[in-house]
Amino acid sequence: MTFKHLLDMWKETNIPFEEIILTEEMVETGMDPTIIRNNMKKLVEVMLTEAEKNYGKKHDSLTGLTGNNAPKLLNHSPKLLSEFNYVATVTAISTAENNAAMGRIVACPTAGACGVVPAILYALKTIHNASFNDLVSSFIIAGAIGNIVAKKATISGAAGGCQAEIGTAAAMASAALTYYFSKDAEKCGHAASLALKSLMGLVCDPVGGFVEVPCVKRNASAANVAITTAEMALAGIESVIPFDEVVDAMYRVGKMMHEDLRETGNGGIAATPTAKKLVEDIRKSWK
Amino acid sequence: MGMLDVVGPVMVGPSSSHTLGALKIARFAYKLIEGIPDEVEFYLHGSFAKTYLGHGTDRALIAGVLGLREYDYDIKNAYELAKKNNLKYTFIKSDLGDVHPNTVLIRLKKEDKINEIQGASIGGGAIKITKINGVDCDLSGDYNTLIIVNKDIKGALENILSIIHVNVANLYLKRTNILEGRALTILELDEKPSNLNELEKLECVIKYFYVGSDN
Repeated sequence: MTFKHLLDMWKETNIPFEEIILTEEMVETGMDPTIIRNNMKKLVEVMLTEAEKNYGKKHDSLTGLTGNNAPKLLNHSPKLLSEFNYVATVTAISTAENNAAMGRIVACPTAGACGVVPAILYALKTIHNASFNDLVSSFIIAGAIGNIVAKKATISGAAGGCQAEIGTAAAMASAALTYYFSKDAEKCGHAASLALKSLMGLVCDPVGGFVEVPCVKRNASAANVAITTAEMALAGIESVIPFDEVVDAMYRVGKMMHEDLRETGNGGIAATPTAKKLVEDIRKSWK
Repeated sequence: MGMLDVVGPVMVGPSSSHTLGALKIARFAYKLIEGIPDEVEFYLHGSFAKTYLGHGTDRALIAGVLGLREYDYDIKNAYELAKKNNLKYTFIKSDLGDVHPNTVLIRLKKEDKINEIQGASIGGGAIKITKINGVDCDLSGDYNTLIIVNKDIKGALENILSIIHVNVANLYLKRTNILEGRALTILELDEKPSNLNELEKLECVIKYFYVGSDN
């Protein structure tokens, strides 16, 4: 499946983009579109419930390296971010810290990148009073973007680096935001491309291999990349390179990445002296 | 693969291969022995052995043999739950040979019966059950799985299939012990057969396990 294929169908017909996506899903998987939409509804429900429950909450993460960042943001009045960015950022960090503490999340597209999409959905709900059904429609666009990356490339950090996980999550979120405000499939493609390009080359370098440092805070930054790129697309800014080609490029970059930079915990910030010392301390505390 | 393989599942963190996959292997074992064991030993191989504490793999494994699902909040409290259920558990770092780096061998004891399940968490929450009681296999756990220990005699498979009235997705046959004349027949099925108990009437069937799919 390519984005161009979906886009062409959208341009040729007058059918809403989400319906085109669901129909294409039916053709490929044999699944009834009503069932797919219902499953998507359940996932949005869990995302929103957990976002509300964990908003700004302290978590005891498995290593203790993260877990207290969301409360810090909550107790801080933003100087730089808009209200929308702020709510999204708190949600992204809260969700990612909840994940690090073995809380319940929706892998989107992975557990490590689980904070980005709920961040923008929850911000749409609280700041723009978005209806549940509109959020589900936007989430379907996000799902299609993730699916295209998974089919054409990879969404695994071990295979393609963090760009494949958090980059994909940002592309999904950016397209979802753009759809919410414009219902314009072409703009969604630009938004997703701009987001993925912004995070291209990002390595997967978890300290000690734990999904905590830098993963948790990257969720927060990626949510803001999604918001910025969606705003650009809504303003009519286009990605010069179409989404399908951006995805192919991301895949090739992932293949060029040294194994140390793909979730092994041997490269990037995981290989810094501080990281090594922290991991040593954590291992000692287990014995 | 579709959209719903990319978004979701609902699960507890922190990682699909270390928590979701581990839990699914252990839950397969729970379903195979039809309940919580009295004692369980987890033999952890490769990166499972190195990181099982930090990634919550330990709690996911215990939660799995207790029968929890991947989205249960209680996975976090697996150690307390084990205590409540009088489950004795041991984690043993070991070398299981030339296998996937995220492999665990689960040895379960229940009422003096011992069963062993070996599986690997192969990424993104997907699993492979690679050994059942020492016999190699390659199961995803996504199907309804029927595992039959049968006599290694002519017509055994024909007799078994005459009872299974549902569509067979995959079929594995293996001679397991020439001296005892035993074989293992594993069927992955699209639905649960309603007449499984009729297998007991077959002369060739020594025993069978049924592991229903969670999907």
